[in-house]
Amino acid sequence: MKAETLERLNALRADKQPCALVTDLKTGLQAIVHAGGTHGGFALFPEDEETVLRRIVEDRSGIVEEGDQRLFVQVFAPPLRLLLVGAVHIAQALVPMAALAGYAVTIIDPRRAFATDERFPDVTLSDAWPDEGLAALAPDRRTAVVTLTHDPKLDDPALLVALRSPAFYVGSLGSRKTHAKRVARLLEAGLTEAEIARLHAPVGLDIGAVTPAEIGVSILAEITQALRRQVSAAPAGG
Amino acid sequence: MTGEPDILNEAARLRRSGRKAALATVISTWGSSPRPVGSHLLVDETGAMQGSVSGGCIEGAVVHEAMKVMAEGEPRLLSFGVTDEMAWEVGLACGGRVDVYVEPLE
Repeated sequence: MKAETLERLNALRADKQPCALVTDLKTGLQAIVHAGGTHGGFALFPEDEETVLRRIVEDRSGIVEEGDQRLFVQVFAPPLRLLLVGAVHIAQALVPMAALAGYAVTIIDPRRAFATDERFPDVTLSDAWPDEGLAALAPDRRTAVVTLTHDPKLDDPALLVALRSPAFYVGSLGSRKTHAKRVARLLEAGLTEAEIARLHAPVGLDIGAVTPAEIGVSILAEITQALRRQVSAAPAGG
Repeated sequence: MTGEPDILNEAARLRRSGRKAALATVISTWGSSPRPVGSHLLVDETGAMQGSVSGGCIEGAVVHEAMKVMAEGEPRLLSFGVTDEMAWEVGLACGGRVDVYVEPLE
């Protein structure tokens, strides 16, 4: 591996940018692929580059064979995180499901009666105010943020931070009616329509969920969809 | 996330220190194998190693090949069949195969 390739790869990983190292097993030439472009010792065919970008989203390393070409694609994906605002009943159902799906979960709730270790064993709890708590955790491209409090005092400040972050998913619990009011407040607070359009609300896929556990399923399903279908929405490399 | 990302930081440190080194990477596996695709073993010019590409049964052979890779400056593709007997040694229920790509750090 060339020094330049190794240094670039380590810099991208330090910056938590999902990326892949592509090695041509016949020639030993290597290239680095990420959403911002392709760098390195050989030019990938556009269809191979697409394959690699898809594998980055799927977090799937392995060999890609095309004709007499044999490429090894090693994906480097930063860990997945789920940041929940509101240590409520739905969070109690959602946390173990998200952990199973591979997310490191943090719950932010300044209300001490809610965010207790008894209610949430084995979860990182933050009693910071939601905007400060979220800003400190710096949501990245591998982070999902969901607000669950129903309380504009707590949800709105969190959304102001989350919708301007690179988080791949931002969702907010609440009916269509409360969402319309929320949009008006967020516009008032200075968010653009494009920023607000990133918000998934009402949160979760529409599967008719009723119980907290079912709502957890619908939220996790929508987060999964956002994570795995990013490639079609991602800007073209270059 | 696959592999051991810290190994790549170690690799960068080794290279900056001016020592020769080779990086081995598991590129494919068949059947049961103890380390997943993307696992790294870093070998320096003294033969010292960090990380792993198996449960311990092929590391010796990989280090041996890594020394040649460092000397020649050319990558090698290694293929290891894990026999039932060896698989038993590393705690596997059945045999498998591991392909390892070894490249010099330039």
